[in-house]
Amino acid sequence: MSEAILSALGALFEGVRFLFSHGGPNVIMIAVACVMFWLAIAKGVEPLLLLPIGFGCLLVNLPLSEVMQADGVLKTLYDFGIGNELFPLLIFVGIGSMTDFSPLLANPRLLLFGAAGQLGIFITLLLALALGFSKEEAVSVAAIGACDGPTVIFVSNMFAGMNKIPTAMVGALAVAAYSYMALVPVIQPPIMRLLTTRKEREVKMPSPKGKVSKAALIAFPIVVTVITGIVAPQGLPLMGMIMLGNFMKVTGVVPRLASAAENEIANISTLFLGLAIGGTMAGPQFLTRETLMVFGLGLVAITIDTVGGILLGKIWYLLSGGKVNPLVGAAGISAYPMAARLVQNEGQRWNKHNYLLMHAMAANTGGQIGSVMAAAIMLSLLKGLGII
Amino acid sequence: MNNTVFGLTMLVVGMGGTLATLFLLTIVIRVLCAFFPVRPDDKEEKK
Repeated sequence: MSEAILSALGALFEGVRFLFSHGGPNVIMIAVACVMFWLAIAKGVEPLLLLPIGFGCLLVNLPLSEVMQADGVLKTLYDFGIGNELFPLLIFVGIGSMTDFSPLLANPRLLLFGAAGQLGIFITLLLALALGFSKEEAVSVAAIGACDGPTVIFVSNMFAGMNKIPTAMVGALAVAAYSYMALVPVIQPPIMRLLTTRKEREVKMPSPKGKVSKAALIAFPIVVTVITGIVAPQGLPLMGMIMLGNFMKVTGVVPRLASAAENEIANISTLFLGLAIGGTMAGPQFLTRETLMVFGLGLVAITIDTVGGILLGKIWYLLSGGKVNPLVGAAGISAYPMAARLVQNEGQRWNKHNYLLMHAMAANTGGQIGSVMAAAIMLSLLKGLGII
Repeated sequence: MNNTVFGLTMLVVGMGGTLATLFLLTIVIRVLCAFFPVRPDDKEEKK
């Protein structure tokens, strides 16, 4: 009898035994989960993502947890929506319905900032290859430069599904991508000040006048989808879903669908995606040298994105005879609308009468299109080179 | 294909392709806006 009681008690404390015997990595990851909670709750850093990711991370790292075993709740969520890239695409439908492309249509030349703002992707790809990552891993790490969580998850998970990168790396990449997106207000301003002169920062740009016609707004998502489909068909699911969301919004004939995309679909997908990504962060697989390198390279990617945008802005400033404020180039990344607001704030800091917001919004939506286009082109190139 | 060639190919064709595609898009948007021009603001219309 006493033996049975002792063995029953032993079973209850098996988790504690595991923690003390070889649970070091799990304890570290539980601490990481707590840091994510602190960032989300106390600092307001990307709470929509960091809270569920942190909780998924907590669940998977508790001793003897079975949430990521076959039929475990997080494994089921992972297979249902990450393994087949469904959740990132559903989030893109929501992002599309939240995005207003009218500043870009009023000033289309600013779309080019959206291309310059992707420089970090390709430079980081070179760096990652030089550091010994495989081609597929390097492309996944470089995608952090897209400043776009769903794009990173879409690209990296495609390779994880082909067993070309470890599944745990998808979690590291997603957390790095979302963390750096949240840190854009910390990363960008020093670079803006470092690369521009006071005279350049003070340049006033007149606000675009007039209203973009509804017909142009409706035609835009169709045109972008068709061009992406022709140029880079591998990225069509990404661009197609953003443009579908935007199309539903601008037509104005399906307000319920647009509202569902913006709210229910985006919210549910975000919750499930966050939990499932957190589930990939099991300590023994996550705590590797590669994870640290992913975070380092992610920072490099976003820094170079900003540099690329500002440098194009400086060239434009020279070519236009000082009519373009180079700060607007910093908004050519996908962190929408945060990057645009930063440019507005930075412009006003140096010239109180400067209103760069509409120009920055145009560059910022250009950055959204540019990041997805860059990812689409990368995937199409990989297909063309026979790598996928 | 070794990693250096692969990386440089991606840099040149990838970045170049992104720039070229977005440049093409700006032209398309301009054409689009020529067909459906920007309307004056409501306030300006009232004036």
